[in-house]
Amino acid sequence: MGLFFYRRLASPLHATRAGVGAAWTLALTAAAVLLYQPLVLLALLAAIVGAAAAAGVGHELRRALRTATIVAVPIVLVNVLASRQGLTVFARLGDLGPFGQGDLTVEAVVYGVVIALKVTIVILIATLASLAVDPDALLRILRRLSFRSALTGSLAVRMIPLLAADSARLAEAQRTRPHGGLEGVRGRVALLGAILGGSLDRAMDVAATLEVRGFATAPRAPRAPRPWSRHDIGFAISAAAILALALLGRLGGAASFEAYPLIHMPIGGGTVALAVGLTFAALLPFGDRRGIDP
Amino acid sequence: MSAPLLSFEHVTYRYPGVEAAALSDVSFELAPGEFCLLAGLSGQGKSTLLRAACGLAPHFHGGRFAGRVTLAGLDSRENGPARLGAFVGALFQDPETQLVTSSVRAELSLVLESRGHEPAAVARGVEEVALALGIDALLDRATYDLSGGEKQRVALGAALAGRPALVLLDEPTSQLDPVAGDELIGLLRRLNQEWETTILLAEHRLERCLTVADRVISLERGRIAHDGLPDAFLEWAAGRAPALQTPGAKLFALAGLHPAPVGVRQARATLRFRGLLPSGDVLGSAATTPAPKRRASVRRRRRRATALRMRGVWHELRDGPAILRGVDLVLEPGESVALMGRNGAGKSTLLRHAAGLLEPTRGRVDRAGTVALLLQNPGDYFIHERVGDEASPASLLAAGLQQMVERNPSDLSGGERQRLALAIVAADGEADGARANGARTGGPQPSLPAGAPTGAPAVLALDEPTRGMDRQVKAELADELRRRAARGQAVIVATHDPEFAAACADRAVLLAEGRVIADGPAPELLAGGWYFATETARILGGAGGALLPEQGAELLRGLAPVEVAL
Repeated sequence: MGLFFYRRLASPLHATRAGVGAAWTLALTAAAVLLYQPLVLLALLAAIVGAAAAAGVGHELRRALRTATIVAVPIVLVNVLASRQGLTVFARLGDLGPFGQGDLTVEAVVYGVVIALKVTIVILIATLASLAVDPDALLRILRRLSFRSALTGSLAVRMIPLLAADSARLAEAQRTRPHGGLEGVRGRVALLGAILGGSLDRAMDVAATLEVRGFATAPRAPRAPRPWSRHDIGFAISAAAILALALLGRLGGAASFEAYPLIHMPIGGGTVALAVGLTFAALLPFGDRRGIDP
Repeated sequence: MSAPLLSFEHVTYRYPGVEAAALSDVSFELAPGEFCLLAGLSGQGKSTLLRAACGLAPHFHGGRFAGRVTLAGLDSRENGPARLGAFVGALFQDPETQLVTSSVRAELSLVLESRGHEPAAVARGVEEVALALGIDALLDRATYDLSGGEKQRVALGAALAGRPALVLLDEPTSQLDPVAGDELIGLLRRLNQEWETTILLAEHRLERCLTVADRVISLERGRIAHDGLPDAFLEWAAGRAPALQTPGAKLFALAGLHPAPVGVRQARATLRFRGLLPSGDVLGSAATTPAPKRRASVRRRRRRATALRMRGVWHELRDGPAILRGVDLVLEPGESVALMGRNGAGKSTLLRHAAGLLEPTRGRVDRAGTVALLLQNPGDYFIHERVGDEASPASLLAAGLQQMVERNPSDLSGGERQRLALAIVAADGEADGARANGARTGGPQPSLPAGAPTGAPAVLALDEPTRGMDRQVKAELADELRRRAARGQAVIVATHDPEFAAACADRAVLLAEGRVIADGPAPELLAGGWYFATETARILGGAGGALLPEQGAELLRGLAPVEVAL
C-alpha cells in the first residue's frame, strides 16, 4: 500500500476547516462502529466511496480498498474457523482435537463478513481523512491543547513522506548496483537498517529546524477567528446528523442484527430509511461546490 | 560605530566524541547590514560556524564549547536556539529537512505562530514574505510536491518570515540550476540592501556571490585563515588557497593580469582598459572557432560505434505531464557529454531511461552494454557499516579507497563518498580496477582495445554529482571522468555547474521541458550562453570558445602585446 498524503484539492471537504472535517470523519467512524445491520453498513460504504469521488480522491480510495480486502478476507476465514455459535452447518471438518468439532456455519460466515465490512469502512474513512483533512491545521489545534504532543505529531507527520521518499531513493540506488545489488534476507535487513538509520538523522535535522524556528517558545498558539464558511456549516450539520442517525439506529432498533445462533436481520421501512438517511446525510454537503477552489 | 549584531570571541567547539576541534579560537564581529561570505573547502568548519551562530552548537548537538557567541546582545550559552531564533533565520543545505509541515502556507505561518503573533499579523507576514520571494502561487501547494528549487525558496521564506536581523545560509544554491541560483543570490542582495538584513552565507561557488558581498571570511581547519574585502580575499587566495580562487581570478592570474576581478563586470572593464577585450569579430566567431586542443581529440576518437542510442523517447505520467518529449540522443564510446537544463527539465528522468530504471512510454533505448548510473545522493548507496562491505577490493583499489575499508561510509568526506559510490555502481572487475589504479597513481597502463574495456559499463551516467562539493573535489572528479572517457567509456553527466561541465565534457546537451533544445560541442554551448556559461566565457564574451581559465589565458596571451602585471 502506498502512503497517502493530504493535498489541497478543489472539493467541499477540502474547503472545510480541519476541525469540522475531522469531526465529520469521526461521526462516520462512530456510525461504522455502532451499527451492524449489513444493509446499513453497505449504505455507509457507498456513502464513503461517493464522498471520496466527490472529494477527488476516488483513485486513492480504490487503492486503500485493495489493502482493506487483504485485511478483510482473513477476518472472515478466522471467524468461520473459530466461531462455534452458529447452528446452520454447511461443512463438517470432523474432530480437530483441542479445537473441538470443526463445524463451519453460515452464521459464522455472515458475522465474519459483517465484521470485515466494518473494518473495511473504518480503513476507508481513515484514508479519506488523511487525504482530505489538513494535518497541519489539526496540529495547530492540538498545539493549543498539548505542546509536546503537537511537537511529536509534527515530527511524525513530516517524517512519513520523508521516510517514503528516502526508502524509494535507497531502493532505487540499490537497483543501480551491478547485478541489482544485495538480494535475500540479508540484503533486505541491510536496506532496512540504512533506511532506519537515515530516518534518525532526518528526524534530528527536522527537530533542529523546529528548534531554530522557535516551536518551543509559544506553548499556546493564538486562536485565529475565522468566519464559518458554507462548507464548515454543511459538514458540521452532516456530522451531527450522521451521529444522531447512528445512535437512533442503534438504540431504536432500526438497525437490529443478530448473527447467532440464527441470523436475524429484519429489513423494514426503518432500516431502509436509516440506510438512505445516512447516505443522504453524508453526501449532501458535497452538493454545494461554491467557493471550493484552493 | 554601532554594536555588532553577531560576535564570536575565541570560540572553540568539538562535536561529541570527536577530539579534533571543528572550530578553533574563532573570533570575528558582524555589523548590522553586512553581507559576509564564508569561504573554505569542505569540512573546514563553515557549517559548524553557522550552527554555532544560531545556538544549535552546543545546545542541540552537544559537545564541548569554549568562548562566547553573542547575537543581538544575547549570549548563546545562556540562550538556546529557540530564543536566538527571534533574531536569526537559518537555511541549511538540504531543503528536504527544512520543511516541517505539509503545506507552504503552514510552513510560512509556523515561525510566526510559534513566536505568538496574532492571527492577523501571521496572515500579513505570510503574504508579505510570499510576495517578496515570488512564492505566492505556491501558498496552497503541498510541500512534498515542490521541486528542489521551490523547496529551497519556501525554506528561505520560512527562515525570513519572522523578519530576522541575521540570515544564515549554508550552500543554499547547491541544488539549484544557474537561473534559480542567480535569482536566490539577487534576492539575498535585495534583502540586504532594502531591509538591512545581515547575511552570513557559506558557499563553494564564490563567483556567484562575490560581487554582492562586503566581506569574505575564509576558514581552514576550523580557524579563520583570512578575513577581509572580496578583492583582498582573491589576492590572498591566489597565494595561499588556489582552490578557492574564482575562475575569473584564476584567468587573470594565468594571464599575468592584476588585480584579480571580483566579478565579470570588473574583469571586462579591466580587459577593456588594457585593450585586451576580444573584439566583436572574435566574439562573433565563437561558434566557428575551434576550442583549443580538446575538440581535435574528440574528432580523432570519433567512431561509428554507439554506446547508447535514444530514439524518440517519451516519458508520460498517467494523469500527469510528459516529462520527456521525443528525445533523440546518441552517445559514442569515449564521448563525454554534459546534460544541462533548469530544475525539472527532465535530466534525471533521461538518465534513468538510459540506465533502464524507467521504460519509455514511447520510443526506444538501445545500449551497447551496461549503463552505470550514479544517482544524486551518494549516501543512498551505503547500506553497510564498513566501506569494505560496500564494494569489491578491486573496485576500492581502483577508487583509491583501499586504506579505508574499515571506516564507516558515513564518516568519509564528500569526495571520498562520491568515489565510493562510483566504485559501487561502476565496478569494472579486477583487470579494469588495476588499470584505473595505474592511471590514478601514474603507473603503467595496459593497452586498451577500442571501445569500453571488458567488464566495464559501456556508459557511465552521473546525476548532479557535484552537489555540495568544493572546487578541489570537483576537479578530481572531472579528472576521473576524463580518464574513464579516455579508456572508451561514454560518460554523460547531468549538472547545473557550467564550470564542471566545461572541465569534464566535450559536448553539451541542453534540455528544456523534456526536449533537447541544443546539442553541440561544449565550447559552442557553454561559451555563448547567458546562464549556462562559464565565468571565463562570460568575461571573454564567448571569444574563441574558451571555457576554462587556462584556455582563456592562452587566448588573452595571443590577443595582444601583453604588458601585464602592474
